[in-house]
Amino acid sequence: MHPVLKTVLQRLGLGLLTLFVVSVLIFASLEMLPGGFAEAILGQGATPETVAAFNKQIGLDRPAAVRYVEWIWNILHGDFGYSYAGMGGSIKRSVSDLIAPRLYNTFFLAIMTAIVAVPLSLFLGIMAALYRNSWYDRTVNAVTLTTIATPEFFIAYLLMFFLAIKAKWFPTLSTVSESTTLLEHLWRAGLPAITLTLVIVAHMMRMTRAALINLLASPYMEMAQLKGVPRREAIVKHALPNAWAPIATVIAFNLAYLVVGVVVVEVVFVYPGIGQLMVDAVSSRDMPVVQACALIFAATYILLNLSADVVSIITNPRLLHPK
Amino acid sequence: MNETQNKLNAALGQAVRGRITRREFTQLALASGVSLAAANSMFTKAYADEPKKGGNFKVGVGHGATTDSMDPGLYPDQFTGTALWGTLANSLTEIDADGNVVGDVAESFESSDGAKKWVFKVRNGITFHNGRTVTADDVIASLQHHLGENSKSAAKSLLKEVATMKADGPNTVVFELTGGNADFPYTVSDYHMPIMPKNPDGTVDWQSGIRTGAYKLDKFDPGVQASFSKNENYYKTGKGWFDSVQFLSIKDAAARTNALLSGEVHYMDRCDLKTLDQLKASPDITVSEITGYGHYIYVMNVTQKPFDDVNVRTAIKYSMPRDEILEKVFLGHGTVGNDNPIAPTVKFAIDPTPKHSYDPAMAKEYLKKAGLESLAFDLSVADAAFAGAVDSAILWKEKAKACGIDINVIKEPEDGYWDNVWLKKPFVASYWSGRPTVDWMMTTAYAADASWNDTFWKNPKFNELLVAARSESDEAKRAAMYAEMQQILHDDGGLVNMLFNSYVEAHAKNLGHGKVAANWQLDGMRVAERWWFTS
Repeated sequence: MHPVLKTVLQRLGLGLLTLFVVSVLIFASLEMLPGGFAEAILGQGATPETVAAFNKQIGLDRPAAVRYVEWIWNILHGDFGYSYAGMGGSIKRSVSDLIAPRLYNTFFLAIMTAIVAVPLSLFLGIMAALYRNSWYDRTVNAVTLTTIATPEFFIAYLLMFFLAIKAKWFPTLSTVSESTTLLEHLWRAGLPAITLTLVIVAHMMRMTRAALINLLASPYMEMAQLKGVPRREAIVKHALPNAWAPIATVIAFNLAYLVVGVVVVEVVFVYPGIGQLMVDAVSSRDMPVVQACALIFAATYILLNLSADVVSIITNPRLLHPK
Repeated sequence: MNETQNKLNAALGQAVRGRITRREFTQLALASGVSLAAANSMFTKAYADEPKKGGNFKVGVGHGATTDSMDPGLYPDQFTGTALWGTLANSLTEIDADGNVVGDVAESFESSDGAKKWVFKVRNGITFHNGRTVTADDVIASLQHHLGENSKSAAKSLLKEVATMKADGPNTVVFELTGGNADFPYTVSDYHMPIMPKNPDGTVDWQSGIRTGAYKLDKFDPGVQASFSKNENYYKTGKGWFDSVQFLSIKDAAARTNALLSGEVHYMDRCDLKTLDQLKASPDITVSEITGYGHYIYVMNVTQKPFDDVNVRTAIKYSMPRDEILEKVFLGHGTVGNDNPIAPTVKFAIDPTPKHSYDPAMAKEYLKKAGLESLAFDLSVADAAFAGAVDSAILWKEKAKACGIDINVIKEPEDGYWDNVWLKKPFVASYWSGRPTVDWMMTTAYAADASWNDTFWKNPKFNELLVAARSESDEAKRAAMYAEMQQILHDDGGLVNMLFNSYVEAHAKNLGHGKVAANWQLDGMRVAERWWFTS
């Protein structure tokens, strides 16, 4: 079998197993958390009778194992179930309906950020390797390390203060809905995208630089230099192809972060993404929503890591054509 | 105010409404000795204060979750309360800015039989957003929604005294209560009990959002936003000025503040007290502060040692540095409490004596009376009870040392606080958002059989008075009973009422309003109905 195909299949199989383990872990940990959905929703107003009525209506009076099996069975049939919120009424809110628009927003922001951040950090990293230890290298390093070391909410507040309140280039709130046009969505998501870019550029840039510098010491780079290949060409043509594997891994890691880890930025800019949804669902013990979010997050990691592996195989002839 | 000023004000009112001209007003003002410049500025200011129609009013609210539901029985907080009740709907009655109960969907209400029987007249010609007329059946179905065995409603316990509800003709609802309650009209003003259209099968249509209020629901995204447009057929004249209203859930205080500063919203609740001075410095923003009914408290279980001794309880009450906590933790935004849960603005409220303030000598004296040299106990706190609960407890701990009291402050997890700590641990931080009547507050939290009796305090005299006062129609006698009850609670109860918190909110300068209500935040949750743009 072709090695790429083999890896993909192997990884997907393992991925499914991971998803299963994740679902068990999440379900078990939510069960172990004190309090249930009824108590969380009713808060100080929870009396034993109302809690009992609530639990009966959403089926929480049954044993956890039964509920888990039922849930996983439905998932296998493509049904994510209904959110506990509004479960008693005739308008049930299905988990897919709840998640779909949020997931779209999250992917929108992640892709928007990635389109800016990935080329930018590759460019900065290659240049930094090329002009190693120059003032340019030092400046880029200092600036990106500062932005990664600053908490993201602080960067968000700073950007909000200067770009939204003082300069009025961007809105302070990134509220979007289905009726928002693409251009407006881009404009409204501008500040969160800049914030996230500043947060992730350092990691990818440093990795690119380090991977390249590592290779610069190898004999074939010396050879290239001796046969008179210009430095720039040597890096782009000879070093970079061999550096793709580590770079792809770190890019995948950061892209996954963009999907699953941006809840702070969402809260600060009031951007209706999936992170906020999951946090709300956890604090109210809305199990079906938490489970679905967790599966999506796990799947994101699995798929992105898989793509990184595929990239490393394709860019490495030794892996692509094994003996 | 002297007579000339009175006349001028009356004339000003007429001038603004166009009944006399601006020139006539100015002549009158000059004749009464006011300078021309002053007369002009009086006119301009009055004109700006006059309600004007139009505008898209946006509010940033520090609440809201994706689990919020259209079901009024489950409205948890400010977001659902303000948007889905105060903007969209009406209850049978409402609390006006002065704290009195007035008719809303009900035009009038009267009691008989020692306040056991209540007759509410539904206002004539009041319609739902779909044009249907509101009848007594709709009222009954709306309240019935909270009752019954399967009800999950937070209002279930409020209505448990209702024995029967009957329609008497299309416009009259008759309530029979299990016991007399002179405050019943206050109960049905609650934000969990909007009037909704009845379905043919007898249930009520809470799902569609068709209500009677000043605005119609356009769209509700739980945890994100709710938007509304003007109801042209609203029955109240002089209310509901905006063309459209939008509530945004902005939980981060800094983001809310920035949204207000950049003009993305016109009104915000729950200002960040630490940066309030900077906010006040902005020329386009007004900060408002209202002492409401809400209070931040520490409650001890009086059935457990050592709190079962009233002298220990009193010693603890004297050991709390309330003034210092108010100043240092809450930066002065509030009013110190005196172990009476009834806010000073509520009818029949008293300020019991002696005032419980920080006094190590008194605390030691009461400890000695209890036969103790010193006292040590655990205090369970989390900021889930109220923001500042932990800081207040730590400051208390430090100051209580001088009273011979050693408080062991235990930080509990915020998540699940109401399930695992409140009503479970012997001494905990808690809060009440307050109730508009003495009876309601006492029945909710201090009556012997209340399910939220978080001090487990059962005082026979207090409970007797509570029942007697409920059906007492002589105001003076009732006042005396309530005074005695508040005194007993102050002297004997397990409640340490640290302070009444203020609602600190901010809004754009171009908003106008009347007197602001104190019963809930956001002008009694009815900011969209009561406020307007001046320009």
